[in-house]
Amino acid sequence: MTPPTLQVRNLRTHFFTRAGVVKAVDDVSFTVDRGKVLGLVGESGSGKSVTGFSILGLVDPPGRIAGGQILFKGQDLAGLSEEAMRQLRGNRIAMIFQDPMMTLNPVLRIDTQMIETVLAHEKVSREEARQRARDALGQVGIPSPEERLRAYPHQFSGGMRQRVAIAIALLHKPDLIVADEPTTALDVTIQGQILAEAQKLCADFGTALIWITHDLSVVAGLADDIAVMYAGKVVEQGPVTQVLDQPLHPYTVGLIGSVPSRNKRGEPLRQIPGMTPSLLNLPAGCAFRARCPRAEARCAEPPPMAEYRPGRHARCIHPYEEAVAA
Amino acid sequence: MSSTTAGAPPAAAAARVETPFRRFVSEFAESRLALLGLVVFAIIALVAILAPWIAPQNPYDLAQLDIMDGRLEPGSVGGSGITHWLGTDDQGRDMLSGIIYGLRISLTVGAGSAILACLVGASLGMLAAYAGGRTDSLIMRLVDLQLSFPAILAALMILAFLGKGILNVVIALVVVEWAYYARTVRGTALVERRREYIEAAQCLALPTHRIIFRHLLPNCLPPLIVVGTMQIARAIALEATLSFLGLGVPITEPSLGLLIANGYEYMLSGKYWISFYPGIALLVTIVSINLVGDQLRDVLNPRLKK
Amino acid sequence: MTVFLLRRLIQAAAVVLAMSLLVFLGVYAIGDPVEILISPEADQIERERAIQALGLDLPLWQQYLVFLGNALRGDLGRSFVFNEPALQLILQRMPATLELAVGATVAALIIGLPLGLYAGLRPNSTLSKGIMAGSILGFSLPTFWVGLMLIMVFAVQLGWLPSTGRGETVEVLGMRWSFLTANGLAHMVMPAINLSLFKISLVIRLTRAGVRETMLMDYVKFARAKGLSPTRITMVHVFKNILIPVVTVVGLEFGGTIAFSVVTESVFAWPGMGKLIIDSINVLDRPVMVAYLMIIVLMFITINLIVDITYSLLDPRVRLEGKA
Repeated sequence: MTPPTLQVRNLRTHFFTRAGVVKAVDDVSFTVDRGKVLGLVGESGSGKSVTGFSILGLVDPPGRIAGGQILFKGQDLAGLSEEAMRQLRGNRIAMIFQDPMMTLNPVLRIDTQMIETVLAHEKVSREEARQRARDALGQVGIPSPEERLRAYPHQFSGGMRQRVAIAIALLHKPDLIVADEPTTALDVTIQGQILAEAQKLCADFGTALIWITHDLSVVAGLADDIAVMYAGKVVEQGPVTQVLDQPLHPYTVGLIGSVPSRNKRGEPLRQIPGMTPSLLNLPAGCAFRARCPRAEARCAEPPPMAEYRPGRHARCIHPYEEAVAA
Repeated sequence: MSSTTAGAPPAAAAARVETPFRRFVSEFAESRLALLGLVVFAIIALVAILAPWIAPQNPYDLAQLDIMDGRLEPGSVGGSGITHWLGTDDQGRDMLSGIIYGLRISLTVGAGSAILACLVGASLGMLAAYAGGRTDSLIMRLVDLQLSFPAILAALMILAFLGKGILNVVIALVVVEWAYYARTVRGTALVERRREYIEAAQCLALPTHRIIFRHLLPNCLPPLIVVGTMQIARAIALEATLSFLGLGVPITEPSLGLLIANGYEYMLSGKYWISFYPGIALLVTIVSINLVGDQLRDVLNPRLKK
Repeated sequence: MTVFLLRRLIQAAAVVLAMSLLVFLGVYAIGDPVEILISPEADQIERERAIQALGLDLPLWQQYLVFLGNALRGDLGRSFVFNEPALQLILQRMPATLELAVGATVAALIIGLPLGLYAGLRPNSTLSKGIMAGSILGFSLPTFWVGLMLIMVFAVQLGWLPSTGRGETVEVLGMRWSFLTANGLAHMVMPAINLSLFKISLVIRLTRAGVRETMLMDYVKFARAKGLSPTRITMVHVFKNILIPVVTVVGLEFGGTIAFSVVTESVFAWPGMGKLIIDSINVLDRPVMVAYLMIIVLMFITINLIVDITYSLLDPRVRLEGKA
């Protein structure tokens, strides 16, 4: 049996700052299979981006992976040398960033930035690398790719730039793509196009995809599985339809409740009271209890991750057993 | 401030309101290097002020000089019984005394030109900001022109036409430096002018001079202090350079630059001290001022504040 | 691009005109032009004749036009001391100054860029802190004094390098150059380093600040996510971005370097324009002073123009704006 594309086990990524240790990612586990999409959902500061960077080994000091395993096709990335990691990055594991305006180097032409990616991992001729770059641009729906190759990033719109970034990620047909809120900065119509393309590409190449977002509606239409993060921990995970229809964790319930939708027209929007806690001095026990409507004395003890239904995990001692109308 | 005296008990001290000045002092003191610079500069300034009382010799009094004592090595005892710790120059002048008096001239010229340039520049900058329109663009064109031209050259040319002399050096330095102050004041004043409190003051029909002096100018002070500190160091260096080139102060009142120039020809025969020690004095002065200025800039720059 | 160029050229011409007026007024407002433009040794009849020949009896605005006309024809007066056209005198000495200034600029880049790059990539290492302390010193050290100390150590004490002069020169393109002979190059080392002292510090600081800023950019992280080697990221992605501000400032500083070579040339008796102007000031050879000033102004404007164009070539964003 082949191992899953990515299996993250008890990952801890901590930032050792002068003010104290920030546990940005604290005991996170999930699995992504070939051709599957995992939606990693949470508010800003919940540790979802740091999780993504940890997988690529791109956590900058003072942060570092303090524990756990990142098994990529069975191989632990956490223990890999920087050079071995570099050979995987952009080759077997690719990443797409949030702001397409910032991810392309403004003073280098598109062809330079694409060809160097090909040449970093494969010994091919410059001409062949260029051919690959042209094909990749065509794949993501950029018209007249030959011409666009000679352009500079500032000559592209935001949506086009994100397509270029996706094309760069696809150059080596990676086994895993980590997409860190790639559509947040884009218009809604462009967002839809990019989502559709991402889905198609995963299906075509069998690429596993981790889609990091704070937007539940994006995940609903795209992901197979979902992991909800709060204050550095995964608080709930499972198949996307089940989690969205029958959330277990009060935080997930709150998140779903805050999404405006047609069905709830006229009702006041529900919101989660309070704000995300500072990761620097996190209270012991459940991090969400200060904002939780169901909090009780027992929540001061750290709740364990438990399987409440088959394939449905949550980190809560009193989950919503019945379906809640969301 | 006046109610809390220095003798207040510690408990009262803890309860004291943090005044902007107090915060400024404590933030400045965060850099030990800057504090050191301040202390060193204070000592230098004190030495310069007290020159007639602490210098072993009056280097301008030709009667005290003995040509027989010329070019003595550091530490030698001269004919008059004085130990020349830093040696003597070709005239038999005690180098230590020469440096102490030289510092006096360098500091006077540096600080004097900086203050004058500040007055001229700040007034023109304020005028530009307040008058706007043609006046503004004319003044700012002049500023641009001045700043695009190297200070050393401009000063050189002015002195070439005016001739040597302390006053002329000060004039030259003011001409090359005013633009920095003008630009600083105009920039700050333009920003402040748009603030509500100025509008409020104008609505109250306060007289213009009151708005300028009581409201606008105090806000321009922090950047002016920073620019001023740096410019004093620049002026001292520039004066030394001009004097070294023989275009600055007259031979009769040697500044540090002229002392160094005097030692130039003896350098090749290994008599290093005539140029070396005045240079060290100059270096220490400039570095200490720059250290203070660097820290002032960090502390007074609102953009760096969170 | 053409529109951009044309606009810059017109601006440059306007500044030259303004400066010529300033120089003219400087000569005429401060002191007696007769004294400035006519040799003090001339007798009364010669003076009268010269006053007429120079048009000093005309109204001021007409005199300015004459001055301008002469300047356009390359006539900036004759040196009292050398009895040669002032312009020719300066042009003869220009190669020496140019090669010194270019040498200093090259030295500043060769020394400053790697040090600044290192300090930017490893901001917390001891060596980086040393580099930064050194750069503060480079700003504070009085250039002429450092020059003297260089002479004392390397020429007098160690005897490694010649102390003064240009050494052997070779004639290429009708001008004499030192940097093409070993002896000339040896003569050039100390003055060039001395002149570049300030610029080295400047390049170090600019490079370090640029590297630190650029390293935080998303595109650098993206480049790492693409699996590029650290060398490629540093040398291509980071370096090309910081090169823009560094080139601009170093280019703009080139004029300042030429101006400041006045000091270095005096210390090292380097026979360039700077030495000439100091000597001329000391003997009040005013036509040379006027000519020097006009040439320097022209030089400055040209340098600014070149920098602007280079900048627009290096940064594609500027280039686009020029087109629009």
